[in-house]
Amino acid sequence: MADKTQASAVDAGLSATHGSQTPAAGGRTPSAAGSEPARRKAKPNYRQAIEAGIFIAPALALFAFFVVWPMIKAVQFSLYRWKGFGPLVDFVGLDNYIRVLQNDVFIGSLTHNLIIIVASIAIQLPLGLLIALLLNRKMWGRAALRTIVFVPYVLAEVIVGVIWFQMLQPNYGAIAVVLDAVGIQGPPQGFLGTVELALPTLMVVLTWKFLGFAIILFLAGLQGVPEELHEAAQIDGASWWQTQVKITIPLIGPTLRTWAFLSMVGSLQLFDMVWILTKGGPANATTTMVTFLINEGTKRSNYGIASAASVVLFIIALVFALVYQRFVLRRDNPDIEPQRKKVTR
Amino acid sequence: MSAVTTTPRPNPDKAVTPKRRRGKRDGHAAGPFVYFMAILLVCVTLGPVMFAVLGGFRTNAQLAESPAGLPDPWVLDNYIRVITSENFWIYTMNSTIVAVLTTAMVVIFGMMAAYPLARFKFKYREQIFMIFVAGLLFPATVAVIPLFILITKDLGLGNSWMGLALPQAAFALPMTIVILRPFLQAIPNELEEAANLDGTGRIGFFWRIVLPLSGPGMVTTGVLAFVGSWNAYLLPLLLLQGDMKTLPLGVADFSSQYSSDQAGVFAFTTLSMIPALIFFLAMQNKIVNGLQGAVKG
Repeated sequence: MADKTQASAVDAGLSATHGSQTPAAGGRTPSAAGSEPARRKAKPNYRQAIEAGIFIAPALALFAFFVVWPMIKAVQFSLYRWKGFGPLVDFVGLDNYIRVLQNDVFIGSLTHNLIIIVASIAIQLPLGLLIALLLNRKMWGRAALRTIVFVPYVLAEVIVGVIWFQMLQPNYGAIAVVLDAVGIQGPPQGFLGTVELALPTLMVVLTWKFLGFAIILFLAGLQGVPEELHEAAQIDGASWWQTQVKITIPLIGPTLRTWAFLSMVGSLQLFDMVWILTKGGPANATTTMVTFLINEGTKRSNYGIASAASVVLFIIALVFALVYQRFVLRRDNPDIEPQRKKVTR
Repeated sequence: MSAVTTTPRPNPDKAVTPKRRRGKRDGHAAGPFVYFMAILLVCVTLGPVMFAVLGGFRTNAQLAESPAGLPDPWVLDNYIRVITSENFWIYTMNSTIVAVLTTAMVVIFGMMAAYPLARFKFKYREQIFMIFVAGLLFPATVAVIPLFILITKDLGLGNSWMGLALPQAAFALPMTIVILRPFLQAIPNELEEAANLDGTGRIGFFWRIVLPLSGPGMVTTGVLAFVGSWNAYLLPLLLLQGDMKTLPLGVADFSSQYSSDQAGVFAFTTLSMIPALIFFLAMQNKIVNGLQGAVKG
């Protein structure tokens, strides 16, 4: 949840960036232009600036101290060989980066993150969309259903992880026992303990946890599709499926693209669930970039290596965000812009 | 959820004659297939949760024997053991205090910062806002190692409520400001001018008009901050030990320490999801509205 909410903000931020940048190019933001009565322009607003400073100071200080400063430190640590004690003296340049990028475990973790990104979208997008379209129909118990769908998303990843960990245990776990009863021999090491099965099993749990998020988001998007369009399509003799495919899905395109973005950012930062379910094992079959850097940092005290890995993660996330923003989300901005102006005025 | 589904409806409903509308709707009403899918969805979604809840009422022997059936007989021991254990309550208290501290800081500081960023005019306003927006792009996990060192070694705040609440608030601030700013911008200028004419300054305007009007925005951001803090695992894992642990850490610990005592683990897990579940389901509309806001930008 933490990751996802954080991620949802990323997107809000992306669109907000547009909101504030685009008007700035053309002059001023509409609200700024409007909120400046002529009489105030006469005297320079030092007082207002000082007041602004006082109001912003606590947030800015907190942000600078606990977000920006540690980021800068991460870059610094990444250039040293450092075990976490004593002064930072052993400057090694880019050596840590080279070591990280040549480390099979890290490359494996990067691969796992990419697999999880692709699999999340390939599984959750069609499934979530299908369910959202079904739940968007008038039906008995719809409100309750929507609440239920939200439950796994509300639970902490740790709690979900622990429940599934117990169910997936080889001998006494519920899934093994049920399979046994049906006559299927489960893997002797359990689903999480078998190298080939660990990652797919993790994907199943992730789907269970996060599908509700996709559904809720898609349903929110569906709220914006005008009913009249469906009626018009029906009058023209379109079937329910045709209406969905030709009208509804294209109209909620922006929501789908936003969700895909959030899902990608969340997948890149995946940690909690993996740590609870497998700790990255067996034989590093489920390491992610974050489990790698936590392992290096806390278990082995290789702070230099861990920091280099975190900087690599940051660069990947940034490139992802910028590329996605540039080529995919940008399409939606003409839609967002006029709406925003209406709101601010 | 219900509020979300009903809000956009009233206008179109009145625009179209009810009779015609009902005819059309029935053509699209859910059939047996849809209900079948819905039931399947409910089973898959609630199955593991119910399994954990019921698991707490069984003995380990029962669990191994028939994992699919109802507890027979129902055993209360596991739950009683957890409820009477001191640790469970200590963890719950820690989680609550940290989440409240985080939420309070996020909402107060976020509101304070968003107000001038939304309504004042001063040099570098957009630049300062962009600093916060850029913060959204940083995965919190990137800074986790230096953050750990900063808090434990430099500040000596390791293993304390504030030591966890401060960075959590810092990481939640960008989102809060990004959500609150358009909210505050939407307050009509006429209100501010009227307040000005009545002799109210910018600070008075903030207290008397901005704060009451931005209640929903504050609730949304507050709930998001609370959710984030309550469910957080990575940062507490690095920063907290012993009696300072939060519930997610407690759950993880309990499950690895007593992994063979499945029934006990289920009881502990169930009890720790109850407060969160109740709170979040009560606040669900706010969460969804917040997400919707984020989607629509």
